[in-house]
Amino acid sequence: MRREIRIAGFGGQGVGLTGFILGKALALYDGQEAVMTQAYGPEARGGASSANIVTADEPIDYPFIQQPDILVALSQEAYNRFRPTAKPQALILIDQDLVTPDPDDNIHAIPATRLAEELGRRIVTNLVMLGFFTAVSGLVSRQAVEQAIQTTVKPATIPLNLQAFATGYDYAHQPEGSLPEAEQERVA
Amino acid sequence: MSTKRVRTGQHFMSGDHACAEGALAAGCRFFGGYPITPSTEVAEHLARRLPEVGGVFIQMEDELGSIASVLGASAAGARAMTATSGPGLSLMLENLGLGVILELPIVIVDVQRGSPSTGLPTMPGQADIMQARWGSHGDYEIVAYAPWSPQEMFDLTIQAFNVADRFRVPVLLMADEVVGHMVERVEIPDADQIECWSRKRPEQPPNGSFAPFEAGEDLVPPMVHAGEGYRIHYTGLTHDEHGYPDMSAETHHRLVTRLVEKVRRNADQFTRVEGYHLEDARIVVVAYGCTARSARRAVRLARRQNIPVGLLRLVSIWPFADEALRQLVPDDATFIVTEMNLGQISREVERVVRRPVRGVFHAGGAMISPEPILQAIQEAAQ
Repeated sequence: MRREIRIAGFGGQGVGLTGFILGKALALYDGQEAVMTQAYGPEARGGASSANIVTADEPIDYPFIQQPDILVALSQEAYNRFRPTAKPQALILIDQDLVTPDPDDNIHAIPATRLAEELGRRIVTNLVMLGFFTAVSGLVSRQAVEQAIQTTVKPATIPLNLQAFATGYDYAHQPEGSLPEAEQERVA
Repeated sequence: MSTKRVRTGQHFMSGDHACAEGALAAGCRFFGGYPITPSTEVAEHLARRLPEVGGVFIQMEDELGSIASVLGASAAGARAMTATSGPGLSLMLENLGLGVILELPIVIVDVQRGSPSTGLPTMPGQADIMQARWGSHGDYEIVAYAPWSPQEMFDLTIQAFNVADRFRVPVLLMADEVVGHMVERVEIPDADQIECWSRKRPEQPPNGSFAPFEAGEDLVPPMVHAGEGYRIHYTGLTHDEHGYPDMSAETHHRLVTRLVEKVRRNADQFTRVEGYHLEDARIVVVAYGCTARSARRAVRLARRQNIPVGLLRLVSIWPFADEALRQLVPDDATFIVTEMNLGQISREVERVVRRPVRGVFHAGGAMISPEPILQAIQEAAQ
């Protein structure tokens, strides 16, 4: 079965790396076929950026996404721009502090940037989101993504990246209504 | 990442990077180039990787210098390559002809973008196909491949080096922005599993009677390398078997005929096509490069509607696979050619099958999707 995923944000949020790790996890460690394509503006930072993954259990002919089943939006601009391209009932993952979605959407929200800041490095926001994606989508195994992280990022940053991934993953499994640890501390 | 020459194992890799790794696996030791989208990642990757394996990377002043440096490295004995896109290939064409007449094995990678002129730098095209074939002046044959995946960017780069070395010819890898930038699984085999066709080398020691352009039965002269003691004169002028200019019609005809026949007679050793569902096909789609991915999709969808359609994918595009087309496809089949240009390979197909073909063409900028190809198949089936 063919599945299409679009991860979108502004340049510098690590959208490309997130898509690469996800695609690698699927293609090398989870026994799936996967293709990644990217779209970005001429800017190195800022501007719209998206990483697009097609995954299937058979060889993928057409490598581009046509109507995503899952949209990950890390900025309001990305949400506004790409929401109409996704399926009406698409699963939509957002950073709740950065995106105000249409209330009718099938939304899964996480304060990814804030959680990354709690870990001390805002730069791992994308890995927090990838952890959340892994838990919510059920499309890829946790082990496969962790293996892809370990074989992709610089060795010195593996622990931080795995921690960020686990933070996002665990957030999805919080009992409803409970606050994540980071927020509990803040409340206290 | 490993600093080994051959990164054996499974990778999730872009086509441009796979091309660079293919070059290293093939034993490429020299890259001279000038960055241009969408081929830049080939150069970037080799700039880092070549020094790790004892090779040389030079960013030249432009594309004229790039191909000249690659020809020089080849004459000195190295497997050498450059990578560019349409505007850069235009600048290389004069010296491509020099490579043909000097019989210097080189590999030129053209990651095609929207054209003509500066065109669409970040978007795909397939409109350099005839430029690759005829762009340099004069009569010659060229060898060119069209990869459809990152895996083939790896495999066909190796193949390109092998053909270049074995037959002493420039070989083109006619990729496109889609296969260059898309990221997919690439399997790199063990170093000892990688096929290597080496250059024919002289058996005669360096002495006065040695004629460096005297060819054997296969029309390929053994290749001497600079610094080995052989006296060799390289000239773009028409030359005799000793390499010296000879301004006679007779020598010219003999030389040009041999250069052309060298490729034509040996073509069955390196032309390649792949067929899908051709056995009972009444309609045949011909495609290459990224467009063949959409064509295969369209064929699969049409087969579900019980339309007897097949795909003939050109893995090599030059020399054109006349024989394969005649043998693999029934005489009365209807042909559809799809390509990201306004009709280039379609003319070759028409020449071989001797009747008009249907075209699904697009000038470039976006990969042709399966839908218009499927529609053409459905129309042909009615």
